[in-house]
Amino acid sequence: MTVLDEMRAKEGVDAETVERVKSLSGTYKHGWNTEIEMDYAPKGLSEDIVRLISEKNGEPDWMLEWRLEGYRRWVGMKEPKWAMVQYPEIDFQDQYYYARPASMLEKPKSLDDVDPKLLETYKKLGIPLKEQAILAGVEPEPGEEDRKVAVDAVFDSVSVGTTFQKELAKAGVIFCSISEAVREHPELVKKYLGSVVPQSDNYYATLNSAVFSDGSFVYIPKGVRCPMELSTYFRINAENTGQFERTLIIAEEGSYVSYLEGCTAPQRDVAQLHAAVVEIVVLDDAEVKYSTVQNWYPGDENGRGGIYNFVTKRADCRGDRSKVMWTQVETGSAVTWKYPSCILRGEASQGEFYSIAIANNFQQADTGTKMVHLGKNTRSRIVSKGISAGKAQNTYRGLVSMHPKAKNSRNYTQCDSLLIGSECGAHTVPYIEVRNNSSRVEHEATTSKVDDDQMFYCRSRGMDEEEAVALVVNGFCKEVLQALPMEFAMEAQQLVAISLEGSVG
Amino acid sequence: MAADPKQQATEERLAALTLPEGGGWLGAARKDALGRLEAVRLPGRRDEYWRYTNPAPLVQAAPALDVPDQVEDPFEGVDALVVTIDGDNIEIPGELPAGLEIGTLADAARADIHWAKELYGHREAAGSRPVSRPLAMLNSAFATNGLVIRATGKVAMPIHVRTGGGTDPILHHLVKVETGASVTVLESGIAGARSNIVTEIDVADDGTFHHIRVDGPTRARHGNTHLFARLGAESTFKSFTLSAHGELTRNEAVVELTGDDAVSHIAGAAFGQGDFHHDDTVFVIHDAENCESRQVYKKVLRDGAVGVFQGKILVKEGAQKTDGYQISQSLLLDDDSVFLAKPELEIYADDVACSHGSTTGAIDETALFYLRSRGVPERAATDLLVLSFLAEALEEIEDETLRANISGRLADWLSRD
Repeated sequence: MTVLDEMRAKEGVDAETVERVKSLSGTYKHGWNTEIEMDYAPKGLSEDIVRLISEKNGEPDWMLEWRLEGYRRWVGMKEPKWAMVQYPEIDFQDQYYYARPASMLEKPKSLDDVDPKLLETYKKLGIPLKEQAILAGVEPEPGEEDRKVAVDAVFDSVSVGTTFQKELAKAGVIFCSISEAVREHPELVKKYLGSVVPQSDNYYATLNSAVFSDGSFVYIPKGVRCPMELSTYFRINAENTGQFERTLIIAEEGSYVSYLEGCTAPQRDVAQLHAAVVEIVVLDDAEVKYSTVQNWYPGDENGRGGIYNFVTKRADCRGDRSKVMWTQVETGSAVTWKYPSCILRGEASQGEFYSIAIANNFQQADTGTKMVHLGKNTRSRIVSKGISAGKAQNTYRGLVSMHPKAKNSRNYTQCDSLLIGSECGAHTVPYIEVRNNSSRVEHEATTSKVDDDQMFYCRSRGMDEEEAVALVVNGFCKEVLQALPMEFAMEAQQLVAISLEGSVG
Repeated sequence: MAADPKQQATEERLAALTLPEGGGWLGAARKDALGRLEAVRLPGRRDEYWRYTNPAPLVQAAPALDVPDQVEDPFEGVDALVVTIDGDNIEIPGELPAGLEIGTLADAARADIHWAKELYGHREAAGSRPVSRPLAMLNSAFATNGLVIRATGKVAMPIHVRTGGGTDPILHHLVKVETGASVTVLESGIAGARSNIVTEIDVADDGTFHHIRVDGPTRARHGNTHLFARLGAESTFKSFTLSAHGELTRNEAVVELTGDDAVSHIAGAAFGQGDFHHDDTVFVIHDAENCESRQVYKKVLRDGAVGVFQGKILVKEGAQKTDGYQISQSLLLDDDSVFLAKPELEIYADDVACSHGSTTGAIDETALFYLRSRGVPERAATDLLVLSFLAEALEEIEDETLRANISGRLADWLSRD
């Protein structure tokens, strides 16, 4: 790519992203609902539903067996209650575990075959026009691709299309929906699925193992630097539907990939369930960057509705000198329960976790990370910024564990909380376990309010209170925002401001 | 279904104990505590609050160790009012300075001392929310004796409580510091092979309570202590504990700041080796404005010793202008030692400045090299660095003479290892 191309690409992203965010008004921006004819499985969960999901996805027997094993384990498990979140009992039998746009029963051959409402959805999601067409099945004109982001969109239970497949294939990269991967690349799925997050890992991950309907699959072969950023948009649309996507990323020796994930859902009075699993396998010298902007519907200002987001994300740095970087901007969801983790198994492997969690109104977030140091000379860094406003509760929960064999390892953790208003809460619950003396572990946490002097300075420069808070908060989050890919950084900054609207004055 | 192991352990322990005789207010308080204990049962390995320490030796029906020999007096040379607890015998000096009353729990049970009645079991019960402290409940129910101390004026001379001669003592002390009064309590001695000591403290407005405790250097002991304190407006509470060795120590402290402008400092310095397992569990509750709290904990661990720190600062809604600080650090002198920490913040007020820090690592190689290059033998150099590491916790002792005394004791014990 020439310098000029690179600039154009960057500018394109900037202008587009800014435009998109600006066009959004004060409240939740993705609260629309697309009236699309849906193909539902019956409500509730049973072995039959698991079989049905497997059948709909045209899966082989081993996959069905794997799901059933998960289901059987799940039946005997109890919902965890240790997180600092409170929500009414979830009736797992009052959910649809499978829903897909009826028009997707047959893959569309051309743009005309695609339900126009689905296209509208992509548009509202802010998926660029070109990719909308590609998602809908239209081939791109050669030489016209100036924005290198491959997109996989997951709409309720199904992946509706993945862009740039051909170009990726040229590089040997596989980027497709997980159901496709089960059919096309069973050897890879069989080898890695559940190897990082086992079926019985925890309540929600087990549920996901049984009923996951789709998600993304990424395979980067040895020595390949993925030519573009990969991106997935998740959208829950149908009512009373849980979304259970499963993402599997495999980075072979010496490879590199940057993966972006965005999530939205319509505004509904009834809370909706989302229980995803992300597994990442990183081999020798490989590097994976995983960035999330989670903007599921957070519920209204009275705490009605919203997404219950119970997510298990884990990266296994199996290879020596492998590296994983989790970056998350969590602004949505009524309840968040999410701990992207790194198992630092390979020697000199590295894990990083950068997080911004914003909770406003009645939102509750319990999020953090686990850094499990098993190999020698491993390093990890945690930077967590929690912002609470309104009546929200925001908890950082994390584990740093140095095993006896993880000699000469290093961890640095910084957790900062900011409180806006006197009715919210900010909490820090770190676990630190050090079992050898050649490693160093440092943990720092602070809690404070928006600095009066900074506010005064901004106000004296003519900013209104809300703008000033947004600016101060963006400054507070700077270290994390800088870790985001360009694609997301602008959007995340705006999101930070939008999420805090109505929190002052 | 198999019997619940916690239920079973609780039943076994209760079967080995007899509720002390006597009715009155104390009898009622004991029954209340027993009821609370039976509802929650004694702690088990799977309790989150006992994640890093196995409570079994403290729970089981009989102590696992033989009664250890008494140790030297760490406060030797300190001018203090000595109270000795030797098994069931309590000796209190006949003459007490003005503004100070000291009695025994047995005496208090017979008399209707209203402040004791209002304190006994009440602070402990309040300290069991939200996390229950069943070993303290057990203490409130079965305590055989204890001291009842009340300061009504500024008492200059420290009270030195020297405890020994017990086999498996359960002692329950009460301390009341009246408005504007002040008192210092020093604690030393090996209470028994296993001991369970609860101290409930009420510091009224503008009162001051200082507490210095020295545990050690015996190795064969299983100790469990609880401090439950309530602080009134503009009051001060300072507690420091030096722990040298000991197979198992679990020191819990629950301090509730209920009056504006109160100050609470809790600190601990601990060192040990081998089967040393030392657990500091602290809970500080800010329920008033403009209060300050500090927690400073330092541990030096050698030859597979285990250090545990669980600390939590809770700032309740409305406790504005809170200044909360917590630091827990450990020095691992070899590769087998372990440090496990869970420093927590739970904050519901926005105008606060709270922070915590925790670090773990080996001795600074550069500093060690510097000392070695100046001809200091390795062992002496290490001891010197250990002392400087522990110094920050020792600085929490306000009285200079006492601080110097403790520092000297620490250096002496360290050099004897």
